[in-house]
Amino acid sequence: MDLAQQARQIRKKILQMHHRANSSHVGSALSCLDLLVALYFDILKIDPQHPAAPERDRFILSKGHAASALYATLAAKGFFSPAILDGYCQDNGQLPGHVTRGYVSGVEASTGSLGHGLAMGVGMALAARFDKLDYKTFVLLSDGECDEGSTWEAALLAAHKKLSNLVAIIDYNKIQSFGRTQDVINLEPFKDKWASFGWSVKEINGHNFDEIRSTFKTILFAPDKPSVVIAHTVKGKGVSFMEDKLEWHYKAPNREQLEAALKELDAVL
Amino acid sequence: MREAFIQTLLTLAQERRDIFLVTGDMGFSVLEPFRDRIPERFINAGVAEQNMIGVAAGLALTGKQVFVYSIIPFACMRCFEQIRNDLCMPKLNVKIVGIGTGYHYGPAGTTHHAIEDVALMRALPGMKVIDPSTPQEAQEALKAVADEAGPVYIRLGKYQGDSVFNHANKFVIGQANILEEGEDLAVISSGSVVYNVHKALQILRGQGLRGRLIHMPTIKPIDEEMIRQTAKKTEVIFTVEENNIIGALGSAVAEVLAEGRCNVHFRRLGIGDVYEKAIGSQTFLQGKHGLTPETLAKRIQEELASIIL
Repeated sequence: MDLAQQARQIRKKILQMHHRANSSHVGSALSCLDLLVALYFDILKIDPQHPAAPERDRFILSKGHAASALYATLAAKGFFSPAILDGYCQDNGQLPGHVTRGYVSGVEASTGSLGHGLAMGVGMALAARFDKLDYKTFVLLSDGECDEGSTWEAALLAAHKKLSNLVAIIDYNKIQSFGRTQDVINLEPFKDKWASFGWSVKEINGHNFDEIRSTFKTILFAPDKPSVVIAHTVKGKGVSFMEDKLEWHYKAPNREQLEAALKELDAVL
Repeated sequence: MREAFIQTLLTLAQERRDIFLVTGDMGFSVLEPFRDRIPERFINAGVAEQNMIGVAAGLALTGKQVFVYSIIPFACMRCFEQIRNDLCMPKLNVKIVGIGTGYHYGPAGTTHHAIEDVALMRALPGMKVIDPSTPQEAQEALKAVADEAGPVYIRLGKYQGDSVFNHANKFVIGQANILEEGEDLAVISSGSVVYNVHKALQILRGQGLRGRLIHMPTIKPIDEEMIRQTAKKTEVIFTVEENNIIGALGSAVAEVLAEGRCNVHFRRLGIGDVYEKAIGSQTFLQGKHGLTPETLAKRIQEELASIIL
């Protein structure tokens, strides 16, 4: 299965999970899904059979509200049975609505409150250097999360420590909780901000697998600097009526909407 | 106590390669021995306390035993949610060392006073709370804490007296110590203010009142058995602490007494739900709140009189 096909299958699973649970953030999950698929199926040095191997790459989904995307990707990768996905946000289920470590294999850190992930990634990257292990730590953040001061605290320290083994990825879909990023708190010039903080920056289309793969394969971007990939994405990507719509930060697809969405995805498959 | 802390941590870290120290740019003239001897395990996260806790969590997630150091309001209030989510929920091996209990930083002003930290840390599921009284006890406590799994908060004040800690006792987390015996009343206290309680009880002893002094260096998990036993031996129990009386040691003792249906008179002595506006030294501010030996002895007498009435 190629990455695009894999992503379409996982998108269908995500839509079913949100429908079943009547849970929010389906748009956020679809936005970062292609990045997750590229990472888990092509980039990360991980083995679902050895999820605690000391030399494994670390991945933190700092935008923990997109949990369904991570869970569905981990299940597709073989970290746990896809049947467990049915318990997402269900009574006595195994998967809470925000990414939480300890329920299933493969989840490295608990997130859900924004602005926590990058600092934890810095700690892991420092540990890798101390332990003389050559794994990388990847942290995927939302754009809204870059409103958090703690994100920039961690960005400063990562550059100061020259953590070239740390990679931040921004899911820049340009919609946050209450509106467009340019209207709430404008992040632009975003690339310049990261560069001025001492990071090596690349911008990509976060839905183009060739671009995603070729970019991640060139990491390290620069010696002695942490890397950041600003991935331009579309909230709700893959389902026409969800794309670039704030309301899909909150709404869950009803039966008709689910069927329409699945039909769209099947038409492409 | 800070010097005692760093000497002990340095010794522990020289024995154990998994121990890291993370500071939020605090510790000038204190942490240098660690920084200079083990620079590869000393991390200054900058004036960025949320970052400090997050980095500590990341290190702990790779199997390190991490100590975090800052002044109390910065160590556990600025970054409260990071402590909750990043440390306590996953039960990580991170020990928070907060400096400056109560009015330790008196003249520095209210921002630097630490009167709510025990209540805050106590409310976090799985967090243990340690409040040693003397430098020697802080050292023993630190050794115990280094072997303890999960998050621990240890707060260090300024001890000004001679030792009242019974060094025959090994520090055991969750275990209180009887420092003085007496039957007329009992005082349960913790932290550096224990010395003031000791002196206050000496004053009362001169007036024929014999007080039992219980030192409760672990506020959570609290030594319930010691509290129940004490309630059987005396009719009046006081708690004395340099904290807001809401939510800290006094509240913890009250919970045990109430649920144990203990038939005693009970009074919480401490800071009465106010931010102190007066400017002055720790001793000066303690005096305003009945926490110096003389003012405490007087307060205990007044309370006893009201109980007897």
